[in-house]
Amino acid sequence: MSDGERTVTPAPAPADDGRALAAPPVVEATGIVKRFGPTVALNGARITIRPGETHALVGRNGAGKSTLVSVLTGLHAPDEGTVTFGGGPAPRLSDRDAWRQRVACVYQKSTIIPTLTVAENLFLNRHHHGRGRLISWTGVRRRAQELLSTWSVEVDPQSPAGELSVEQRQFVEIARALSFGARFIILDEPTAQLDAAAINRLFDRIRDLQRQGVTFLFISHHLQEVYEICDMVTVFRDAAHIVTAPVADLPRAELVAAMTGEAATDRRQERVGSLDHSTAPALAVHALGSDDLYTDVTFQVGAGEIVGLAGAAASGRTEVAETVVGLRAAATGDLEIAGHRPRPGSVPAALAAGAGFVPQDRHHQGFVPDMSIADNATLSVPKRLGRNGFLSRDRRDQLAGRMIENLAIKTPGPELPVSALSGGNQQKVVMARALADDPRLLVLINPTAGVDVRSKEFLLGKVEETAASGTGVLIASDELDDLRMCDRVLVMFQGRVTTETARGWHDHDLVAAMEGVDLDA
Amino acid sequence: MPETVLAEGAAQTVEPMQKRTGLFGGRIPLARLRDLALVPAIVVIAIVGQIVNPVFLQADNLINVLQTMSEMALLVLAQTMILIVKKMDLSLESTMGLAPGVAAWLVVPAGAGHGLGLLPGAWAIPITLAVGALVGVINSLLIIRFGLNGFIVTLGMLIVLRGILTGISGGQTFFQLPQSMLYTGTAEWFGMPASIWICLALFAVAIVVLGWTSFGRSLYAIGGNVDAAKAAGIRTDRVLWIVIVTGSVLAALAGLMLSGRLASVASAQGNGYIFTVFAAAVIGGISLNGGKGTMFGAFCGILLLFMIQNVLTLAGVPAQWIGALNGLIILVALAISRITGGKVQE
Repeated sequence: MSDGERTVTPAPAPADDGRALAAPPVVEATGIVKRFGPTVALNGARITIRPGETHALVGRNGAGKSTLVSVLTGLHAPDEGTVTFGGGPAPRLSDRDAWRQRVACVYQKSTIIPTLTVAENLFLNRHHHGRGRLISWTGVRRRAQELLSTWSVEVDPQSPAGELSVEQRQFVEIARALSFGARFIILDEPTAQLDAAAINRLFDRIRDLQRQGVTFLFISHHLQEVYEICDMVTVFRDAAHIVTAPVADLPRAELVAAMTGEAATDRRQERVGSLDHSTAPALAVHALGSDDLYTDVTFQVGAGEIVGLAGAAASGRTEVAETVVGLRAAATGDLEIAGHRPRPGSVPAALAAGAGFVPQDRHHQGFVPDMSIADNATLSVPKRLGRNGFLSRDRRDQLAGRMIENLAIKTPGPELPVSALSGGNQQKVVMARALADDPRLLVLINPTAGVDVRSKEFLLGKVEETAASGTGVLIASDELDDLRMCDRVLVMFQGRVTTETARGWHDHDLVAAMEGVDLDA
Repeated sequence: MPETVLAEGAAQTVEPMQKRTGLFGGRIPLARLRDLALVPAIVVIAIVGQIVNPVFLQADNLINVLQTMSEMALLVLAQTMILIVKKMDLSLESTMGLAPGVAAWLVVPAGAGHGLGLLPGAWAIPITLAVGALVGVINSLLIIRFGLNGFIVTLGMLIVLRGILTGISGGQTFFQLPQSMLYTGTAEWFGMPASIWICLALFAVAIVVLGWTSFGRSLYAIGGNVDAAKAAGIRTDRVLWIVIVTGSVLAALAGLMLSGRLASVASAQGNGYIFTVFAAAVIGGISLNGGKGTMFGAFCGILLLFMIQNVLTLAGVPAQWIGALNGLIILVALAISRITGGKVQE
């Protein structure tokens, strides 16, 4: 099977001459054309990445970013065009080892095997062999420990990889990539599943490695991250290269314009509050508490009001939102949805009381990937599809058709499986389902995670529209763009609501509150 | 830096890392302890058995238990490998009947039952193993090469192979087997039946291969996340081929041992075994979702089942009730392993 042991690359040498312009680019792709059947995924695309830089690749969903990544990592051969690494030609597609020595990619989807230990994941298929050709587990552990401490990744090599957090998993994957000798690493939306603190730690790590001569290609939907961490930015649109420029020379508005192909307004209009005092509040929560997760949470969401629930990953915001919709049961306290008191811990009861819900992770809780858009969108409202437990297909397709139109889901028809849609459109299906029963209360957890700029604008616009019709909205998120349109934002820190601010807050104040830092002190 | 002194007296320094879960300051991770989860249960059954009937712990009885379980244990071994790579092979139980059945058909002299007497007796063992390999190749071809659903493919094979055996034997039992076929089931090596030695030796080899070789670890990688395994340079299809074909050959060997012990090949040989095999594997901690469990755990699983059956027999439970009790035992054993294992079984 294995050809025995391969040496682990020792501590990195400082990159003294790495940034000299004379050095050949780490990777250069020119004139790349890639077709999948009738679809042209890349049409004469190019990118040049110089040693030591952190290069951003941005573009809307479907711009060809993922295809470029698979070409650069040797998963697909381009139909036309050439890829060179450090001036030399790319290895053959079948020569996985050669590719791994040149480039590594940390995908959104984990390439870690959850049932094995961290150490074994690091040295999979290149275990340390002791006497008699048998694997020496002490050797594997020791080398894993060395590797992890070389790159100061603080993870126990003996713990099962399935127990790692997303952040730790990424660090382990980066360390593994570096151990193959690759000094060019592609990060595919690494921040999508991280909270603000973890993103900062990731960025520190990137800067650290950059100083040691590692080159990054950074793919993200979050433009502020591009400005924070990257030196160069390349924009793709409609399968083609649009512009490459130093980040500092490309203002935000121009970058968005390059991505969308039209001049975008930088900031949305201030919305007019639609709070309706005349009816019962959409949500009233009193002294809600649940063991370690959150304590004494009290707030109200009025009809037509949008309330943000901000906080870092472990602040309890997600858990509070999940309690509201019945995914969890609180240990203490009361909960009222539009005047009704649903049975705690029961999703059907919460839905019956008038709640609509966009869960945290759409892949995990949001939809059934192989079922059609129509089925997914109407999953929670079977009673509207027919009588006596029989479903009417016509009525389902009608209802789904209206939703597709209402939410501008890009699809040839309601019968397409949701897995065939892009991330933004998938999230729209989840949103459509939340809105299917005209909820009195709409609960959204990270509603724009992994969604492109335009879909994000659209989804948030839809939320405002829903609020204007008298629905109360609760948004649990740490994404500032989600929170910007809220009438009020409650900030949670370590399980308690610590701050409440009206609209018009400054970014740094809110972030400071989420991190539990007092700026005035 | 925390210093941990081991019970054995060897002082070891532990790297300044986060807290470790497990005994001896993390020297033995919890995952390893889970493999031993069934050992207490086996000890308890042994004690209960001894109380029920003092015959239980006598060498003759223990050898009897080990011998009766040796053939099915080989099926458990095969199925465990296949489950770890996240496949299933239901046809093992038919292979166990068909492989020695074909050998007997070709070798048993004409006139005695349905034998053809085409080949001398020495050919029996090679034919048995070759039939096993052939079945494995067909399964692999359908599952890996053509991408058919493994569960249904092997379900179909289960029925086809059973039907072929019934066809060639005319639904009757082959007797007058040649000496070579009787050998593995009757010979004694160092005072113990050969089949026990074969079974224990194969498990020992399997434990080492799965725990300490790159090939063995690639089984876990494939079962845990096949894409990641491919990305790590593992030739996943080749490993799957080897696993499935080896599994079928082991089933053929198990059939050979059973025929040898019973000195016959019944047309229903192995019928219904596969359910007990699955039960033993799951009780032994093998996940049906792949990538989890060890050979040692699987061995404990099948051993536990057979010990309980033996205790029931010794306690004088009427034979008519053994079937119902067997099913009940499987459920109870599953519940016990859920409690000791701690995790939800998938």
